[in-house]
Amino acid sequence: MLRYILSRLGQSLILLLIVSFIGFAVLTLAPGGPLSQFALSPGMTQEQIDKIAAQMGLDRPVWIQYFDWLRHLVVGDWGTSYRDGQSVLHVIGSHLFATLLLMGTATVISVTLGSSIGIYSALKRGGTFDYAMTVFAMVALSIPTFWFGLIAIYVFSLNLGWLPAGNMYTVGDGSLIDYLRHLIMPAMVLALVDVAIWSRYMRTSTLNVVKQDFVRTAKAKGLTRRRVLLKHIVGNSLVPMITLAGLQLPMVLGGALVTETVFTWPGMGRLFLDSLGYSDYPVVMGLLMASAMLVLIGNLLADLTVALIDPRIRLD
Amino acid sequence: MTDEKKKTAHLNRRQALMMMGAAGAGLMAPLTIGRDRAFAANADASGQIVLAFSQEPTVFNPLMPHIEVDEGLYYAVYDPLFDFDAEGGFFPILAAEVPTVANGGISADGLSWRVKLKEGVTWHDGTPFTANDVKFSLELTMDPDFRSFRSTGYKFIQDITVVSDTELTWTMSEPFAPMAAILASTYIVPKHVFDGVADKNSTILNTAPIGTGPFKFKNRMAGDHIELEANADYHMDGPFLKTLIIKYVPDLNVMYTQFKSGDIDVIGLQYIQPDNLAEAEKLPGKVVEVAGKATFESLGFNMMRPQFKEKAVRQALYMALDKTSIIDALYYGVPTPTETYMPQQSYYFNENLPKHEFNIEKANALLDEAGWVKGADGVREKDGVRLSFSNSTTAGNHLREQAQQFIQQTFAMVGAEMTIKNLPPAVMWGDYWMNSEFDSVVVGLNTLAGADPDTSDYFMSTMSPALGGSGQNTFVYQNPKVDELLVAGAQDFVPEERKAIYEEIQAVIREDLPFLPMFQYAVIKGWKDDVEGPAPNINNRIDTWNVREWTRS
Repeated sequence: MLRYILSRLGQSLILLLIVSFIGFAVLTLAPGGPLSQFALSPGMTQEQIDKIAAQMGLDRPVWIQYFDWLRHLVVGDWGTSYRDGQSVLHVIGSHLFATLLLMGTATVISVTLGSSIGIYSALKRGGTFDYAMTVFAMVALSIPTFWFGLIAIYVFSLNLGWLPAGNMYTVGDGSLIDYLRHLIMPAMVLALVDVAIWSRYMRTSTLNVVKQDFVRTAKAKGLTRRRVLLKHIVGNSLVPMITLAGLQLPMVLGGALVTETVFTWPGMGRLFLDSLGYSDYPVVMGLLMASAMLVLIGNLLADLTVALIDPRIRLD
Repeated sequence: MTDEKKKTAHLNRRQALMMMGAAGAGLMAPLTIGRDRAFAANADASGQIVLAFSQEPTVFNPLMPHIEVDEGLYYAVYDPLFDFDAEGGFFPILAAEVPTVANGGISADGLSWRVKLKEGVTWHDGTPFTANDVKFSLELTMDPDFRSFRSTGYKFIQDITVVSDTELTWTMSEPFAPMAAILASTYIVPKHVFDGVADKNSTILNTAPIGTGPFKFKNRMAGDHIELEANADYHMDGPFLKTLIIKYVPDLNVMYTQFKSGDIDVIGLQYIQPDNLAEAEKLPGKVVEVAGKATFESLGFNMMRPQFKEKAVRQALYMALDKTSIIDALYYGVPTPTETYMPQQSYYFNENLPKHEFNIEKANALLDEAGWVKGADGVREKDGVRLSFSNSTTAGNHLREQAQQFIQQTFAMVGAEMTIKNLPPAVMWGDYWMNSEFDSVVVGLNTLAGADPDTSDYFMSTMSPALGGSGQNTFVYQNPKVDELLVAGAQDFVPEERKAIYEEIQAVIREDLPFLPMFQYAVIKGWKDDVEGPAPNINNRIDTWNVREWTRS
């Protein structure tokens, strides 16, 4: 087991290196760069831009910049944001709470609601509820989130005036109720799509389990319906979901680009867009590395968990 | 020699009116501007305003490279020595009075400066503000290890001497009339936070700015907002708000929606979009105003191309430009048509320029007369040169792209073939623009620095990067008369004389048409009707220039 983990981590390091190299190359080779935004500022001359580029080390060959960045990363120095002069880890950290709050809530809603709908649909396969949920899933998956978000704002904020039109909290308030009022719309909009996804996966997984011999055996030995459902069906149909949850981890921390913009939510998704727009290489690279790591860790954790709870799987 | 003498005499005679680089009647800037209210009404500052920008202010050291939106914060937290009012005159802020030739602040030749500062001003951390801070700030802009936002003007400053805590002097290595305008956008930073700091690029100013301005920095939630609180010790009248929130709303539709729903009190930079104007004007409880900006839109020529060498061609194309339709149909009539690069609110604006006329017949007649003959394909030609050219702008700017297609059609009616070749912003405004690799462009330019009328960077013949120059004369416009006038204007300190000079420059450029002026930009501002204070000021780049005066009832 330990050998397996070590070898997986080894592979991950190589992958991270490749990701970092490609990311850095694509970023720095794109036209523009962090100083181009100042080109139209009054009094900013080409001479001045060249001088600043030299001070920031941006005039060096790309591969030297890359190794310099890598050398610092290895010793734990993620660099400094060009945009606001803060350390990259601080910048990422300051957006983390917002994203965790939003994505965490949305994920909890979608997993619990999605799984329940999925199981129920599978058990009542072909029933009215099953059909209704199939239609719901199709609709939810085909509507773009930004559109749904704007409609929600139009209805619940502008017309009904029940909920704020965006932001994470009211400056100067910031009570729990205030946070919740701001959280409802974006979390529901995000969860809508995820509920659809989770319910479909869960339904399929449950259908597979229901057909298994051990379910028939459990029923045959006279267990109550409730016990068969909870202990044998639900438990087993959740196993494939763990892998899905592992893939969800980078999403939870990576934030939602569109939803965060529509609801002016100061999370990681917006940070990524803003940093990209400003060619803030250190922050973009930091986010890229962080999400690459999360993908790898999420997968590893999912594999390990499955191995732990499913005795049929051996990792060696 | 005689000329010089005459000029000096002239200066003396008019001493009462002299004020560097400033403008006309508004020049006699009152020492206390605006309201007659008792000084420092700030103890009873109350209320809160949420001001929204569609970009996020992130650069908090005002002497480092920054963009427009960052200045939105600077006006609240920092102070310059003096600033422009809406009429283009100066009013003192940290300076006790605006230095002029009349009050002895500036020598008649413009080379010696003496600035007197207000007494009893303190930084937000309680440290007294002195002339040493001003000296330090001016020197920092030229520090080789500091990432300075510009060197124009500062590089002429020499021998800064601190006479006392409230007075300093310096000399200029050459007379430079726009210096006052540059000082008006130079925010003074506290010297003491740089003491003992090895890297001047990373001080506490980057994260928790300390200024002398009307508002103190309280905190920032990255990617969301900045919270500022009233500076109870402010040295001018105000502030009248307890809290000022600068909110970042990245999407313009969302920003407008939050303005409608009331989450935003004042809608700032990037403002309300023209297609929402009709609705916005009817919103209850909101004030909506269209305000001019210093940027002008034009169709610019690369004067090195043989198609554009002849003045008759440029004039004919101007007649074939249906400005009115473009402004009304595409831009909802928000911007104002213009004949020049100078904003109409400027003291230096020449209002007597010939008016544009859209007239296809006259344009055709003019080209016929000049010997441009229509070929079989309907495109005119003269001496082997076809009147055919490309036109470029930022790809994705939908209104401009529609304007281009419209222009393409009316140009075709006079036998000019315009093809559209648009590029992504980083490519368009890189070498393609700077090195004049285009045939023609549609571009929005602000050629001024503050209220100063100097535009040497854009119209001086030596300023074309394509010809080895260091400026932005990317139209490669060359006219010895304009060169001469620009030099004279930059060394003249008498506003009336400068006005004559810059009016003549505008007249010559209107005649030469190196670019076809289309319109001056306007933006649609909005605020709740219980907010008072937001006011247009063409001479400053952003809404918060007078935030010290804003009130909420």
